[in-house]
Amino acid sequence: MPKILLITFGPSEAAVASGFVAKLGGDVTVLALAATGPSAYNVLDAGFSEIPPSDTISTGVADIARDYDYVAAVSSLAAKDLLARLAGHLDWPLVNDVTAISGTKEFQHPVAAGAAVETVRVAGDGVILTFRPAAFPGSPAGGVGTTEAISLAVSSGSRRTEAAAKSGTRPDLAQAKVIVSGGRPLQTADKFEQIIGGLADALGGAVGATRAAVDSGIASNELQVGQTGKIVAPDLYIAAGISGSTQHLAGIKDSKVIVAINKDPGAPIFEVADFGLVADLFEAVPELTAQIRQRAVAQ
Amino acid sequence: MKILVPIKRVFDPYAKVTVAADGLSLEALGAKFEINPFDEIAMEAAVQIREATGSVEIIAVSIGGSEGEEQLRKALAMGADSAILVETNDPLDSRVVAAELEALVRELSPDIVLMGKLATDGEGNQTGPRLAARLGWPQATLLSSLSIVGGVAKVRRETDLGEEAVELNLPAVLTTDLRLNEPRYIALPGIIKARSKPLERRARATSIQPHSVTVGYASAPTRPAGQRVNSVSELVAGLNARGAI
Ligand SMILES: Cc1cc2nc3c(=O)[nH]c(=O)nc-3n(C[C@H](O)[C@H](O)[C@H](O)COP(=O)(O)OP(=O)(O)OC[C@H]3O[C@@H](n4cnc5c(N)ncnc54)[C@H](O)[C@@H]3O)c2cc1C
Ligand SMILES: Nc1ncnc2c1ncn2[C@@H]1O[C@H](COP(=O)(O)O)[C@@H](O)[C@H]1O
Repeated sequence: MPKILLITFGPSEAAVASGFVAKLGGDVTVLALAATGPSAYNVLDAGFSEIPPSDTISTGVADIARDYDYVAAVSSLAAKDLLARLAGHLDWPLVNDVTAISGTKEFQHPVAAGAAVETVRVAGDGVILTFRPAAFPGSPAGGVGTTEAISLAVSSGSRRTEAAAKSGTRPDLAQAKVIVSGGRPLQTADKFEQIIGGLADALGGAVGATRAAVDSGIASNELQVGQTGKIVAPDLYIAAGISGSTQHLAGIKDSKVIVAINKDPGAPIFEVADFGLVADLFEAVPELTAQIRQRAVAQ
Repeated sequence: MKILVPIKRVFDPYAKVTVAADGLSLEALGAKFEINPFDEIAMEAAVQIREATGSVEIIAVSIGGSEGEEQLRKALAMGADSAILVETNDPLDSRVVAAELEALVRELSPDIVLMGKLATDGEGNQTGPRLAARLGWPQATLLSSLSIVGGVAKVRRETDLGEEAVELNLPAVLTTDLRLNEPRYIALPGIIKARSKPLERRARATSIQPHSVTVGYASAPTRPAGQRVNSVSELVAGLNARGAI
């Protein structure tokens, strides 16, 4: 039976990884970098309250990973940063953003901003993978495994002088069931917050943005959705005033239902939308918010 | 100070990329090739460090076929002092690229390797940290700001939660994200000057083989066409019928 080391960076990752590890097939051990609750799998708990920079823990992680056939993590910026360095230490192949497994050494992942899917065949003793959990649905594994506290060696490297802090109370883009995103035409941070944030709050959802919105300073960096932002997979994605560039679409294609509100009937976003409304967002979005709120009251 | 900037030649990122008939390669009909946008940002960042700190030597390097000269000339026009083309038609993966870059780093001893976080075509998303591990150097990926103060790189980088600030001693490997800068427009004098700057072609330094190969490409799955709705009420009714709200 192959041995899988699942590296987790947050408390819910072991549960969302269950579909992927079941598909991969093997004996799962979780290396929990951040504090985590009980899991169906056996856990090596490094228990950092703040995960140190990748370059300071990568040799310690490599010493553990060496004994496994697969090292895997849910795709995130943090995971890619650490696992790519791990790939260098171990000299193992790494495939990022895996969306399908077509053999013990064959994996698929999107390339060229989602224009195509590449099948990669890897060779070597071990394989490193980051994967998109939305592509591997599955219910969390049952049972409770053991937890062993470990102390992971931290060596010198880069020094964090200011940590990133999550702002606000809205759900994380990566986990949100509903996302409302806005683009460049929102014009100001206030309007963005009022119109896009207003609908998101009515739906209990998260807020996303295009790069154009982020670059023009009306939405903050961590809200960017797309090839170079977050890859999201909500049940409902509402795009308001978003043209639908390939780079943006690369981040939203796994959404179950996509709604587009755009005043240009020829906007490419309509080609991927399940529901398309040609309208001025400054009228349509507040009206939608009002109708959603009314429904909530009626129920 | 010396900065090495690895440059990959990719399709114009705004071109429509499709899978070739044989399913073994990607094509973008009529599209130009460009410097990978993240590498262009790395070049710009290197030039800005020189403008801020004075004497900095910038060497651009690309690994691949002879056509990569086009992108290296552009890097020279942007401000690189010299360029190296490691000319090869061998299949490349990030293992091979990182090994070749490592050999160049050991030969040239740069203080910084400043590169892209990812190549927009293959989206390997790994060469920088791979190289850093091979060298045993510190790394900071996904930079949104960068300054060099007394042998220390002070950076801000994108994380899943927002931005963090990090400091690294040099030498180090740094990778760029989109917000680091806006690459400058290249004026004609720069292009003319670039023609006389040194561009060295050389063979590979290692015989390392790739450990990941492309079996083939498929077109991305398309979403079935949706429906147009004429009003917000119709939209709400549709979403309701789909169980989406
Ligand atoms: C390497 C690279 C990576 C990139 N990565 C990303 C990424 O991760 N994410 C991303 O989003 N982009 C990314 N981009 C940028 C991308 O190419 C587009 O430029 C960007 O997505 C456009 O954002 P937008 O839709 O907000 O703006 P625009 O393209 O300006 O579109 C605005 C849309 O709003 C409509 N509109 C205007 N006014 C109204 C109104 N009152 N009501 C309704 N509709 C209105 C217009 O018809 C238009 O369709 C990347 C680009 C590159 C080169
Ligand atoms: N063939 C190459 N020649 C030079 N640099 C490269 C090459 N391939 C990748 N790189 C560098 O590695 C970065 C990340 O690429 P990748 O890991 O393939 O997504 C790119 O932005 C380049 O800086």
